[in-house]
Amino acid sequence: MALKIVKGSIDRMFDKNLQDLVRGIRNHKEDEAKYISTCIDEIKQELKQDNIAVKANAVCKLTYVRSLSTLPFSCNTLFCCTRIGYLAASQCFHESTDVIMLTTNQIRKDLSSPNQYDTGVALTGLSCFVTPDLARDLANDIMTLMSHTKPYIRKKAVLIMYKVFLKYPESLRPAFPRLKEKLEDPDPGVQSAAVNVICELARRNPKNYLSLAPLFFKLMTSSTNNWVLIKIIKLFGALTPLEPRLGKKLIEPLTNLIHSSDSELIVPLSCIAVLISLSSGMPNHSASHVVCVIVKYLGLLAMSKILKTHPKSVQSHKDLILQCLDDKDESIRLRALDLLYGMVSKKNLMEIVKKLMLHVDKAEGTTYRDELLTKIIDICSQSNYQYITNFEWYISILVELTRLEGTRHGHLIASQMLDVAIRVKAIRAFAVAQMATLLDNAHLLTGNTQRNGICEVLYAAAWICGEFSEHLENPLQTLEAMLRPKVATLPGHIQAVYVQNAAKLFATVLRSQEGNTDSTTAQETSQLMIDRLPLFVQSANLEVQERASCILQLVKYIQKLQQKDVEVAEEVSALFAGELNPVAPKAQKKVPVPEGLDLDAWINEPPSESESEDEKPKAIFTKEEPKHSRPRHTEVDEKELARRREARKQEQANNPFYIKASPSSQKVYQETPGVEHIPVVQIDLSVPLKVPGLPMSDQYVKLEEERRQKERAEKKKKEKKKRKEKRSGRGKKHDSGPESEEDITPAHMVDIVTEEMPEVGRILHVCVCRPLADSEKLPVRSHRPTEAPKSPAEDGDTESAAPQEPKKKSSKEKKEKKKDKDKDRKVRLKEKHFQHLNMVCDIQGNLQDGSQVVVSVIFENKCNSFLKSMEFNVLDSLNSKLQRPEGAGPHDGLTVPFQLPPGVSNEARFVFTVQSIVMPQKLKGTLTFIVKNEDSSTHEKLDFKLHFTCTSYLITTPCYSDAFAKLLESGDLKGSSVRLEGVNMPFHHLLARICFHHHFSVVERIDSCASMYSRSIQGHHVCLLVKTADQTVSIDAKCDEPSLLGNVLDEIKQTFSQC
Amino acid sequence: MIKAILIFNNHGKPRLIRFYQYFAEDLQQQIIRETFHLVSKRDDNVCNFLEGGSLIGGSDYKLIYRHYATLYFVFCVDSSESELGILDLIQVFVETLDKCFENVCELDLIFHMDKVHYILQEVVMGGMVLETNMNEIVAQVELQNRMEKSEGGLSAAPARAVSAVKNMNLPEIPRNINIGDINIKVPSLSPF
Repeated sequence: MALKIVKGSIDRMFDKNLQDLVRGIRNHKEDEAKYISTCIDEIKQELKQDNIAVKANAVCKLTYVRSLSTLPFSCNTLFCCTRIGYLAASQCFHESTDVIMLTTNQIRKDLSSPNQYDTGVALTGLSCFVTPDLARDLANDIMTLMSHTKPYIRKKAVLIMYKVFLKYPESLRPAFPRLKEKLEDPDPGVQSAAVNVICELARRNPKNYLSLAPLFFKLMTSSTNNWVLIKIIKLFGALTPLEPRLGKKLIEPLTNLIHSSDSELIVPLSCIAVLISLSSGMPNHSASHVVCVIVKYLGLLAMSKILKTHPKSVQSHKDLILQCLDDKDESIRLRALDLLYGMVSKKNLMEIVKKLMLHVDKAEGTTYRDELLTKIIDICSQSNYQYITNFEWYISILVELTRLEGTRHGHLIASQMLDVAIRVKAIRAFAVAQMATLLDNAHLLTGNTQRNGICEVLYAAAWICGEFSEHLENPLQTLEAMLRPKVATLPGHIQAVYVQNAAKLFATVLRSQEGNTDSTTAQETSQLMIDRLPLFVQSANLEVQERASCILQLVKYIQKLQQKDVEVAEEVSALFAGELNPVAPKAQKKVPVPEGLDLDAWINEPPSESESEDEKPKAIFTKEEPKHSRPRHTEVDEKELARRREARKQEQANNPFYIKASPSSQKVYQETPGVEHIPVVQIDLSVPLKVPGLPMSDQYVKLEEERRQKERAEKKKKEKKKRKEKRSGRGKKHDSGPESEEDITPAHMVDIVTEEMPEVGRILHVCVCRPLADSEKLPVRSHRPTEAPKSPAEDGDTESAAPQEPKKKSSKEKKEKKKDKDKDRKVRLKEKHFQHLNMVCDIQGNLQDGSQVVVSVIFENKCNSFLKSMEFNVLDSLNSKLQRPEGAGPHDGLTVPFQLPPGVSNEARFVFTVQSIVMPQKLKGTLTFIVKNEDSSTHEKLDFKLHFTCTSYLITTPCYSDAFAKLLESGDLKGSSVRLEGVNMPFHHLLARICFHHHFSVVERIDSCASMYSRSIQGHHVCLLVKTADQTVSIDAKCDEPSLLGNVLDEIKQTFSQC
Repeated sequence: MIKAILIFNNHGKPRLIRFYQYFAEDLQQQIIRETFHLVSKRDDNVCNFLEGGSLIGGSDYKLIYRHYATLYFVFCVDSSESELGILDLIQVFVETLDKCFENVCELDLIFHMDKVHYILQEVVMGGMVLETNMNEIVAQVELQNRMEKSEGGLSAAPARAVSAVKNMNLPEIPRNINIGDINIKVPSLSPF
């Protein structure tokens, strides 16, 4: 044996160690890859040796090369080897590495090692490759480590818990109390780790951690660790939206923090202030510059957050932000762009976009330029073109953007053009004129074909010119432009649109020549079509070919007719008759389902399950063509749709049995008087058109100014008149102040398809008077205080691994519960309606304290005024008392910790102390509050009753069948039973209802028989055996407290009598 | 959460790579290349934050970096981390390296890759910040190194071999001969 060791050691002496390896790699600059691969071979040899030092060295080298796939854990006693092993593992293990499964025991051994650094290294390694399985198996070991004597281990254990929570969420509840404890750990490192973990958790679900706010508050005021402070402040940022009261409390300590001289933050901040003022004087001081830049960036970041809540205050910094666009740092420019999006208003849109256009010209690098382009379009088109007052300006901006070379966003511009032209009727004539010039100058756009996506614009241009050809001044010229031979170099889908729209234009030309005695123009046009179309017939693109050959034959036929002097214009234009209207994407929803049609019913019987499942769908679905996701196809669809709609209309018109709807519902809103009555300015069209080819958007800024001034003048006149007539002082306010947003009337109106109203608009339309729909309440109700973990895992370590089986069952149940919820909620929640306020309450026991009941009340403001100073008071009974803060008298009310703006609802919780839980109870209470209007405020009072049912003292507790059986065998329980007649519902609904309303959980279910279990907050066991046989349900129940059982059964009976 | 920590030099040669989320080997290489490309073309006097980098995360993620002499220290973090906090953390990390290696330079990172990893493990654990106090970090690292030394460490293996050879004939000689310590300090002695 000794000999073998020596042999290994001597061998090893000739091997390379890590340093040699590195040196070697550095010496083989030319053929690094080859050298590394030979080294790897060597390492593999070394790994096969028995000597542990050799192995460790090999692993170490491998970590360097980082190409190993899996390695058996080198389990050994030496710390240095363990350390290398874990380092290597953390670098190369990931969730799908198979060996991880084999490591559990090794890790467990290391975790419980007496050496703190062994444990520490294991924890560090584990944090990198923890899997759900590992998390489940090791959660308990890590939990124990959280209270290790060494702070070094404690802090690592606390930190790794986050990873464990992520992989094994069930562990959160049992571990939470201990995690909370660690917030107050004497060691600052452990404290900061705990804060870290909770901050990460709170990011996912802040509501859960509201209860910790006071603790964090204390930490914030006492801690000196900057890292902890930063984290806590971040956490509060997430919490304050949920708890307005918190915000107020925070203001003071935060400002204190800023002002406190010993806090490190203030030093750099004040320095920065000085530096910024200095840096303007000393241009090339780079150190200070870097600091400035960081602050600038962070400032912009902060502003974007402020913007969401206080847009006004940011808007005043508009110039500053526009300046940031000139910054040479791309990060800063992008941030500034983001800000601009939220800052635009009707007033400054044109100005901002003008600035952006300047930047587009200057910008280097296509990515940034593309970003600019998309931002311009985003800014303009946001919330249904809300801020655009002059669409002619917008169209010319779009046209200007087409001059950008090498942009990827051709289709974006194209879709905007189409959108605007279709939805803004008043703009069509102008748009058509612009598009015609674009088509005429198509060679500018396609100069370098294939290179750029900008030729997509031609797609839109051709379509607009064709569809709205009646607005064209010189359709013949446009037609000629569309049929140039060069068009054949464009992408296929654009050519197709060209051909189709050439036909439309052809129809227009024919119609315009109709009354003309001299038919030469018409015939020339036909000849032009016949001459040029064959080029497209030869196209390689199927779509183009098909359309071209179809239209070619049509034109040939028309030519024949023309030669016979037959008037064909009417028929030809009938091909393309019919107007295109915008349709909301969700319009389909509005079509009612015809009577007698059940969409959920099977058309064919579903295939029996015994058939192999993977074959069937294949046969069905392989034939389906892949869907085209590119936007241009949807455009085609739209047109296709229009044509089909037209065909349908025709069909309907010819069908005597079809009752024609007078004006279609779609048209109604479009033809609202608004469009015609809007003062469209007479813009001298010749001006933009004089510039050969391309219009200038700048002029519109000027024109817009003029227009507004005119309007203002008009308004003033009107107002003066009014004042003269009325002689009342009220009108004064209007003209004295600066022009407000609403005063700017848009020059054009967008057709806003009602369905597509922007979110804000829709919220305004929500009826706030009706009681909260059940589905809306749910999320609030479902949350439970974290301090009351339901899972039994807390009780003992042994249980935590086991509870898989019953949980699955209950999740099945949950689905069914949801279905019932909507119908049944009212039974459970007592609603108090009142003209101002709606209160909904939910009563829940507190498992940790057997005498406490938490009542969560949702207050909903239903009126249009502000509700404040709400005070909640309950008349205590002998048995139940409202918990009041110390020092308050027994009849004092509790202030509700928030105010309610109109339409808002919020939840408050009140804790009651209950002595005996065996009887249900009713408590009377009052809520006083102040209703504040603009001009008055009144004091109001609302009486209510709180009904504490026995059910509300029960807590859903899972139970396993063997434990359940033992409980029943013990003989301590007293029985009782009840029969329910005429219950007409499926058995699983019935169970779900009992589970949901009475907090039971199903222990076992066999056919139409189920056993259920629940536990009261004072630890009474309640067991049910539910059986059903033709509409009769019998419930045999056992409980260690007969009166509680009687009451619970009564309540169950009542639940079912109500349905 | 910190998604990744990358250290590379001015030429884009990676010096320390630590991913806290699994990426396939080739994707890692691609990320490093892209990150280097993004970071290296930025001036020294622009801000230390970069958004984008399409490979890790997306819009929620930021690159926060610092440039020291020949090395770039890049941290990829999500929005739960404070930008200034991470900048400070990089500084702490570099200062710790400086203390542990006494005037750290790129070569230290190359030849003592494992040590750098150990130091990093004391600062960041599984993507979460473990410790920000430099003295604490240095103390822990040194304690562990001392422990390794007391075990003889890897570099002491040849020394053991030597003693093993000697022990073949002289089994009575006590095992804990002090040669180990000498060899540790001068690792280049090993080929005898």
